[in-house]
Amino acid sequence: MMPLLTTKGLSRFFGGLRAVDGVDFALMPGEIRAIIGPNGAGKTTFVSLLSGRIQPSSGMVAFDGADITAMPAYKRVRLGVAYTFQITSVFANLTAFDNVALPVQRTLTDGRSKGQVRSGVMDALERTGLADRAGTLAGQLSYGHQRLLEVAMGLALKPRLLILDEPTQGLADSEIDNFIALVNQIAKDATVLLIEHNMPVVMQLADSITVFNSGKILAEGTPAQIRANAEVQDAYLGATHG
Amino acid sequence: MKDASPARVYALHVAVIALLFVLNFVLPDYHQGLFARIMALAVFAMGYNLLFGYVGLLSLGHAMFFSAGLYGAGLTVYHLGWGVPEAFVAGVVCGALLALVIGLLALRTSGVAFMIVTMMFAQVFYLLILYFAAWTGGDQGLVIQQASRVISIGGASFDLTNPTVRYMSALALFAVALLVTLAIVRSRFGRVLVAIRENEERTKMLGYDTIANKLVAVVASGAVCAASGAAYALLFGYVGSSFASVQYSILPLLWVLLGGAATALGPLVGTLFMYYVTDITSGFTSAYLLIVGVALILLVLFFPKGILGSIRERWLGWLP
Repeated sequence: MMPLLTTKGLSRFFGGLRAVDGVDFALMPGEIRAIIGPNGAGKTTFVSLLSGRIQPSSGMVAFDGADITAMPAYKRVRLGVAYTFQITSVFANLTAFDNVALPVQRTLTDGRSKGQVRSGVMDALERTGLADRAGTLAGQLSYGHQRLLEVAMGLALKPRLLILDEPTQGLADSEIDNFIALVNQIAKDATVLLIEHNMPVVMQLADSITVFNSGKILAEGTPAQIRANAEVQDAYLGATHG
Repeated sequence: MKDASPARVYALHVAVIALLFVLNFVLPDYHQGLFARIMALAVFAMGYNLLFGYVGLLSLGHAMFFSAGLYGAGLTVYHLGWGVPEAFVAGVVCGALLALVIGLLALRTSGVAFMIVTMMFAQVFYLLILYFAAWTGGDQGLVIQQASRVISIGGASFDLTNPTVRYMSALALFAVALLVTLAIVRSRFGRVLVAIRENEERTKMLGYDTIANKLVAVVASGAVCAASGAAYALLFGYVGSSFASVQYSILPLLWVLLGGAATALGPLVGTLFMYYVTDITSGFTSAYLLIVGVALILLVLFFPKGILGSIRERWLGWLP
């Protein structure tokens, strides 16, 4: 099977800092991949390079066989690469409905989906459990609901690859269980790449795990392999999973 | 943009238009003339609001779009002897083309740089008008004769110097501009414009080419402002360089801020308010600008989102 997304020698330097340093990476269609690693390992920079929010210093990114290294972010979104932000950035002064209507009408314009804006919006809101808050201003939603709204916006883009940057950060335990169910459901239609610090979430969700350290891939494998990997334990898991 | 029934929204705006229609027959001559002027200039403010209120782009150069319409219409009548409708279209086209060029250049910047770049371009436009005084009349301007300001349709002819014809023409332009802005801001495109204002980065990450959307908004805004300028030239018969000066870039900003940015009727309310405060106070004292200033400060203190903006925030959430 051909990978959905690959990178070759992907690097991004900020001055002397090698935030992402020559990463070769491949993601198979349909999988849930987790990226873990200590703070400052380059995880967010890496997914930002994939989504096109920042440009690489060198190396290349290919999506579905096509080189997208030089493609601006908004065009990647239209190809099906959706990114949800680590720091919640919903449109606070717009209603939940309008927040989701923006991605829905985009896919309608592109011909990636059909039907009415309203039905597309309500569908995404129902899947995330926000349907009864459609008329609420996003800024007035609770933090957990704002995170869900962020996911609903990602969903509404009908992505082929959904990149979630620390989606469970700040969620209560009860919300996390719902969230895991939601991601499993999303993964039926889309490939999911998530950065996550919460190890129980990673272990439950991920088909495979990529461990970053100092801008490089330290290890890759199934959750069981990663758990057993001595290098990973030293670099990252050691502190919490001794 | 809370959930509002479209029927109520359109009913309100049609009612405002109807009220203005009735006022034509009620107002004394002086105020009838003043209202015609205010409605024509409110269209200028509406064009400005489209860009400033909804997209969040603060331009300090919109006098150039207004005067592109003013001169586009005025010079074709004066030098080429064009009829009123053709001249009006010429004015709007001039404004839209100018906005396209300025937009392509100025949208490479944002924030303060955008303000300065637009202001500089407007200044260039102003100086060009003075430089080509042989055609534009320079700072004297040009007076368009009454005979040139008659529209003949079929057998009927309408003289734009007649107060009622003038009032109704200004109202017609205002009504069209109001309904067009309303349709734009309630459309999918309008939703994208507001999203750009709120968070441009996020809008890009939803798959939108924000530069292209902003360019369309600049052109639409420029065309509406030019329509106001063209109408002003044809209705009031005077084309002058003072309309291209920096003062006429600041005024629409002031009117929109007063009335309420990103409200459909705010531009009318702001223009009306400013005109009447100036008009009334100048009747009492020569220091009327002082009173205007105090009124502005009070408004900013107690209605920071403009008159209609604050009303919407406090009482009428459905107001567009």
